[in-house]
Amino acid sequence: MSAPLRPAPPVVPPPPPSRLRDVEGLVLSPLRPTTRRPAVLVGSLSVLLTVGLWLGDLHPGAAVAAGALTHLVLLYAVYRVLGGHRVAVDHVMRALVHLAFGLALLPLVSLLWTVLTLGGGRGFDPQFLWQTMNGVTGLHDQAYAEGRGDFVGGAFHAIVGTLVITGLATLISVPVGLFTAIYLVEYAAGNRLSSAVRFLVDVMTGIPSIVAGLFAFALFAQIFGLRDAKMGLAGAVALSVLMIPTVVRNSEEMLRIVPNELREASLALGVPKWRTIARIVLPTAASGLASGITLAVARVIGETAPLLVAVGYARALSWNPFEGPMNTLAVYAYFMFTKPLSPAVREPSLERAWAAALLLVLIVVALNLLARLIARLFAPKTGR
Amino acid sequence: MTTSTRPARRRPAAPRRPGDLAFAGLSLGSASLILLVLAGVAFFLAREGVPALTADPEEVTGGAGFGRYVLPLVIGTVISSVIAMVVATPVAVGIALFISHYAPRRVGTAVGFVVDLLAAVPSVVFGMWGLAVLAPQLGPLFGWLERNLGFLPFFGEASATGRTLLTASIVLAVMILPIITSVSREVFLQTPRLHEEAALALGATKWEMIRTAVLPFGTPGVVGGTMLGLGRALGETMAVAIILAPGALSWNLLGSGNKTIPSEIALNFPEAAGLRLSELIAAGLVLFLITLAVNLVARWIVARRAAFSGAGG
Repeated sequence: MSAPLRPAPPVVPPPPPSRLRDVEGLVLSPLRPTTRRPAVLVGSLSVLLTVGLWLGDLHPGAAVAAGALTHLVLLYAVYRVLGGHRVAVDHVMRALVHLAFGLALLPLVSLLWTVLTLGGGRGFDPQFLWQTMNGVTGLHDQAYAEGRGDFVGGAFHAIVGTLVITGLATLISVPVGLFTAIYLVEYAAGNRLSSAVRFLVDVMTGIPSIVAGLFAFALFAQIFGLRDAKMGLAGAVALSVLMIPTVVRNSEEMLRIVPNELREASLALGVPKWRTIARIVLPTAASGLASGITLAVARVIGETAPLLVAVGYARALSWNPFEGPMNTLAVYAYFMFTKPLSPAVREPSLERAWAAALLLVLIVVALNLLARLIARLFAPKTGR
Repeated sequence: MTTSTRPARRRPAAPRRPGDLAFAGLSLGSASLILLVLAGVAFFLAREGVPALTADPEEVTGGAGFGRYVLPLVIGTVISSVIAMVVATPVAVGIALFISHYAPRRVGTAVGFVVDLLAAVPSVVFGMWGLAVLAPQLGPLFGWLERNLGFLPFFGEASATGRTLLTASIVLAVMILPIITSVSREVFLQTPRLHEEAALALGATKWEMIRTAVLPFGTPGVVGGTMLGLGRALGETMAVAIILAPGALSWNLLGSGNKTIPSEIALNFPEAAGLRLSELIAAGLVLFLITLAVNLVARWIVARRAAFSGAGG
């Protein structure tokens, strides 16, 4: 045999325990490189399965859920074989994150689609935009449903109310919010009051909208008496409670990014502080302030609950926010949707509700886009 | 020479200009107004609500005093909000990770805008969508849950219309998704780059990097964002008022029943008068106190995180 010819192998002492292996909880599992191709394959398979189940008369939601679950399980199995447990988990997590994104998109798309299809018919009808609900009753709706009459009644009074009340709320909130932000940034050098104010602004952000409405109602009931408390101004006050914190927060952030050199240069030239703020700081931050205020308006323009409580519900046109109830688009949509004029013939009222909802969504989206546009177009040139 | 050895005299004060006085006064006044408004909210709600607290228990709705009246409302509000929070948080964290670590920068910005849009949709529209679209879709699911998981106390007899607390909670979850997402996204983006690169250099996969570097750093922020979302869900009115067919307190989430404070106020306020008005306003005060507590805890958690990491501001 050949064995005796070789020198006996030296006695190897057992290797010193690897320090890496001593690390508690550390699992050493090597990765094998993989590509994305199997994931694409598994994905296509799952989509096919989903479509198949869907066509096979399964509820679409259930089909999608089954498809997604299959995708995750298959993905894990395939990559477990190809690359090991860690790679498989990585791929499953990646898929989950993408699923979460899709899941969030689903309600938004569905909502926009619903509002467009159900509200599109009336929403762009000039008659709907220019008429009020004054004198319109369930009988008109029944006549319309039976083909004996025209579609009557619109949302003009609600559009007017929305604009008047939101406009008033903006008139109240912008000065208060802006000056508070100026106080926080320019005057209060981190003193006690400023931290208290900042804290309370945070607290105010969390006030439920209906509580703001109750506050405005209670306040106006004290001043004008219970009977006459409901008026447009009360709604504007309620909306201001919701709007001021947003304005303060956005404005404070914008004022803070104005470079200090600008203030110092202006003060060094002997310009009074108030003129420095009014002529140097505010114009520099103007685009950010405008976009922040637009976003704040967009946030409150669709509010329903506070107006329901503080303003009430009117059927006729009213331009006067200091007396009597008014109507707003959101409250209009709510009442048309939940309390149709004619309980027997709901369709015309639902049409009105969805049309009002469409108008609201369009306004809100337009305001959001406008805010982005302002921020981008008129951004200050700070030279950075 | 004597003057030069003395410490320099105070330099002459800047002239007090009327413009400066006015500006400083206006700023201080506005800031103080905020204190006043918050105090006013608590004061006026308490003032108008007190009659309900002191009234003869027999006269309060339900005939057993304000406490017995408001307790089921509080429970209904908390249940619906907690379900919304539990449903929304994992999805929101997923989207936040998608924006911060998975999507290309451009796509991430676009997704951020879409999520912001979701936040801007008026609540009444969410409510209408929930009743007209979501509730009928959920009907079959509720039936399935009743048949297969009916032994659980909260999956009782399923409602055919889908106007249940669970439907309302799901709509609430969609509504609070944006706020949790935006707070989580902010903290995930602040994860120190070096931590992430260190994890990757040690051979971590992308998920392992996120689990070991991003999530531990971001968890307090996510918790804070979740609490903010909870606060919003607690106060959300219209969606619940439209979707839920109100009724007595019940463990069954699949049937009609239960009420929340805001929806109770919205549904009954237009016709309320006298003591009923006080009850509703007092219920509003209770809601205010609950959301106040939740928001304070949330802010405290977020602020503590900022102090730890030095990343805030």
